[in-house]
Amino acid sequence: MSERVADTSGMDTVQPPPTGLRLAWYRARRSVKTPTPYLMVFGVALWLVTYSLLTEILKVPRFEKIPGPIEVITEWLSPDPAWGMSLFTEAYLINIYVSCRRILIAFGIATGIGVPLGLFMGWSKRFRDYSFPILETLRPIPILAWVPLAIIMFSGFETPILFLATLASLFVTTLNTLLGVDSIDESYFRAAGCLGSKPRHVFWHVVLPGAMPFIFTGLQISVGVAWFSLVAAEMISGDYGLGYMIMDSYMINTYVSMVMAMITLGFVGWATSAMVRAVGNRMMQWRIRALALEGR
Amino acid sequence: MAEHPTVHAAVAPGPGRAVPLRRTRLQKLLENTTLWRGIVAIVGFILFWEVCSQWKGWFGYQIPWIGKVAPPSDVMAVWMDILPQPGYWESWYLSTFRVFLGFAIAQVIGIPFGLALAVNKYFRDVFFPPFEVLRPIPPLAWVPAAIIFWPTTELSITFVTFLGAFFTIVINVLGGARSIDGRYLRAAQSMGASQWDLFRRIILPGTLPSIFTGAAVGMGITWEVVLAAEMISGGGQQAGGGLGFFIWSSFMGGSIEQVIVGMISIGIAGYLSSSAIRYLGSVCMPWRRLF
Amino acid sequence: MPESATETPGAGITAQAPAPAAKATRGAISIRNVTKIYDPEGVNVMAVDDCSLEIAAGEVCMIVGPSGCGKTTLLNAIAGFHSITFGEIYLDGQLLCGPEKPLADQGADRVVVFQNGALFPWKTLLQNVAYGPIVQETMGKAEALEKAADMLAEAGLADMAKKFPGEVSSGMARRAEIVRALINDPKVLLLDEPYRAMDALTKSIMHEALLEMYDRTKVTMFFITHDLEEAIFLGDRVVVLTTRPAKTKKIVDVKIPRPRDYRLLGSEEFRLLVSEAKGAVHEEAIKAFEAGERELA
Ligand SMILES: Nc1ncnc2c1ncn2[C@@H]1O[C@H](COP(=O)(O)OP(=O)(O)O)[C@@H](O)[C@H]1O
Ligand SMILES: [Mg+2]
Repeated sequence: MSERVADTSGMDTVQPPPTGLRLAWYRARRSVKTPTPYLMVFGVALWLVTYSLLTEILKVPRFEKIPGPIEVITEWLSPDPAWGMSLFTEAYLINIYVSCRRILIAFGIATGIGVPLGLFMGWSKRFRDYSFPILETLRPIPILAWVPLAIIMFSGFETPILFLATLASLFVTTLNTLLGVDSIDESYFRAAGCLGSKPRHVFWHVVLPGAMPFIFTGLQISVGVAWFSLVAAEMISGDYGLGYMIMDSYMINTYVSMVMAMITLGFVGWATSAMVRAVGNRMMQWRIRALALEGR
Repeated sequence: MAEHPTVHAAVAPGPGRAVPLRRTRLQKLLENTTLWRGIVAIVGFILFWEVCSQWKGWFGYQIPWIGKVAPPSDVMAVWMDILPQPGYWESWYLSTFRVFLGFAIAQVIGIPFGLALAVNKYFRDVFFPPFEVLRPIPPLAWVPAAIIFWPTTELSITFVTFLGAFFTIVINVLGGARSIDGRYLRAAQSMGASQWDLFRRIILPGTLPSIFTGAAVGMGITWEVVLAAEMISGGGQQAGGGLGFFIWSSFMGGSIEQVIVGMISIGIAGYLSSSAIRYLGSVCMPWRRLF
Repeated sequence: MPESATETPGAGITAQAPAPAAKATRGAISIRNVTKIYDPEGVNVMAVDDCSLEIAAGEVCMIVGPSGCGKTTLLNAIAGFHSITFGEIYLDGQLLCGPEKPLADQGADRVVVFQNGALFPWKTLLQNVAYGPIVQETMGKAEALEKAADMLAEAGLADMAKKFPGEVSSGMARRAEIVRALINDPKVLLLDEPYRAMDALTKSIMHEALLEMYDRTKVTMFFITHDLEEAIFLGDRVVVLTTRPAKTKKIVDVKIPRPRDYRLLGSEEFRLLVSEAKGAVHEEAIKAFEAGERELA
């Protein structure tokens, strides 16, 4: 809390506050003067060393079975991997590609349906009255419980997996969008009304932009949930993909590949959600700028 | 939303200013259109499902996708058969036990960890980055690693369950504690509160709402994780039981009705547990009866 | 509802409006015996009780009263944000709402400036101002933007036109909001405590700007405030409402010629008027305070 105050005072009030790259550069320059970046590096290093000590160097019982960081990184960078998977093997890259493609499709469908659905639910009381109860009845059922049903309904590998990932993010996106519409201050609707808006103007100029912050929060969660379900679905019934890679490596005892897949998953998961955030920030300049002035 | 309360009184005849009578609770319930529409929607949904599933039997043509699902009437019949069986209730018990065990451990470790991250800057600088590195890995990706590491399947399920809730709880506690209004802290300090007082009287209660938000979300995730872990590990040799296993073995045994019974059961279980958390939240935070 | 105010003749005053300003020919509001009961079947809150008020075309009518007395309720009824239970409201002789039609249509002839400000945060000031003409299709988009830019410049906001409301000070935002209302050439401006959260210095700047704007446009204003100095300084009449349910308790005529400026604040005439109004408001404020109700809006 105290450092937030310090940040604001650093903002120059005479000149316009720096934006974009200049802001990043300014922040970076300021932050190297504090212990924070060094402590962060220390934190990660501490974690890696502990991990390595436990698994590779001291070989503590139980930990010794888990591949250590040195082993995983050497394997990952090796053009001729001992366990069959590395950055240079096609199999590994295909798994990444397949998972990412599935996420893209599932997330795309879920967003394409969920955002309009949520907006419409928030906009029309009647539609909400009819659709919300169904949504709320289905929502407590964990996505994973749908696996057998998905396999029965859609044969093959691909469609059930896509269905599960889509369903998971659909719920999240729809509900967050609805929440976003609910969060819009009543006075914006009134202002729009007394400025002579017709319903469609209210929809495009108030409902949609007003719900935007929640929509993007929802989309970030939704990407995460899509990965969560995708991995589970791939682990249970998959032919390719990172989830499958984890399960398969486990089955055939190539634990190094398993850890590699886990780390890769973490990275791509983080990257997709960062992309969603970036798109959100681009589309909500008004919010970013206002928050920046508050020193956040 | 721009909802204008319609005033029934405006129809009062003539110049008389008869103020309308208050209605009884029953009358209000009967006039609650939202409620009626909800009931219509659910009933319509079930009928739609029934008709789609029965279509093949009646007309000889199978509707894609939904047509392959068992009709609700069959599901109900099977459910009634299963209800008295102790095995079914044992699945409930096992899953619930796992959920609450993993969840409780996650709370016990996650809340202090999140608070520590929030109050101490150095602690946060050191421990938050590795936490953030591990967080994006979906909890289920840990299942095989957990099976390798922990000696029993039970322990590995508990571990993965714990992980699922842990990240959410920590993030929520951290966010909640960091967003406490600095004025409260300054006010308390000016009244001579010690560090411990600050923590106990302001940071902890100020974080309670986020703790409960985190708990509600975490509870949802634990159910997901327990179910998946049961399906993944229970499918193997050391069958662990539980609702996930119930669903999976019904699927293997080819009974779609039982699969759906399992899905509904776990939906109910999940709903009950999150209601319990919400209830607990409103008891612990009387100043904030949101729910 | 005990009728304690001696100044209140009968059930609400239908006071004579002062002579309308020279140019103004439109924007006369007539509020006749309006009653508003919130949620009659449930909590049943009577917010306005048999309130009558005539506002002449081009008048600046200041509404004063304790918090939660029903000022906003009255404004919302005129704006068409909610229905009234009994009575009628006319604008220039045309029925806005009455027994057959309890909810007035919302329209750009009565534009509201909100208590907490309601510039769309996702539009720049320029887009905000141009919004009304664009959606009403009274102007083309380019034309509307041009006019908006001109009007913003006139209000001293030329440099801020491309900024978002979150980036400018509250005073600037409020000024832009008034510009956004005026661009529609409304008959009436409905202002709900627009300067509530401002410091005294900003407020005085806002007041001068508002007076300057009024001298130019002569638009009718229904201006809610609880600051008596503000009320006397800006208004042609100050209507003091009773505590909830609201009815008119006292009307103070401010016969101070326009144009006015801040020097007026020191004059004896001004002080007398303020203390006259203060007496009436204070009595009601005590009643409201003792009722101890939590105000909702
Ligand atoms: N939607 C509502 N339902 C019930 N009571 C309301 C509602 N809106 C306002 N009230 C009550 O009506 C009274 C008048 O409110 P309002 O007109 O907002 O007061 P103010 O004069 O401060 O603007 C208050 O006591 C308030 O509590
Ligand atoms: Mg008000």
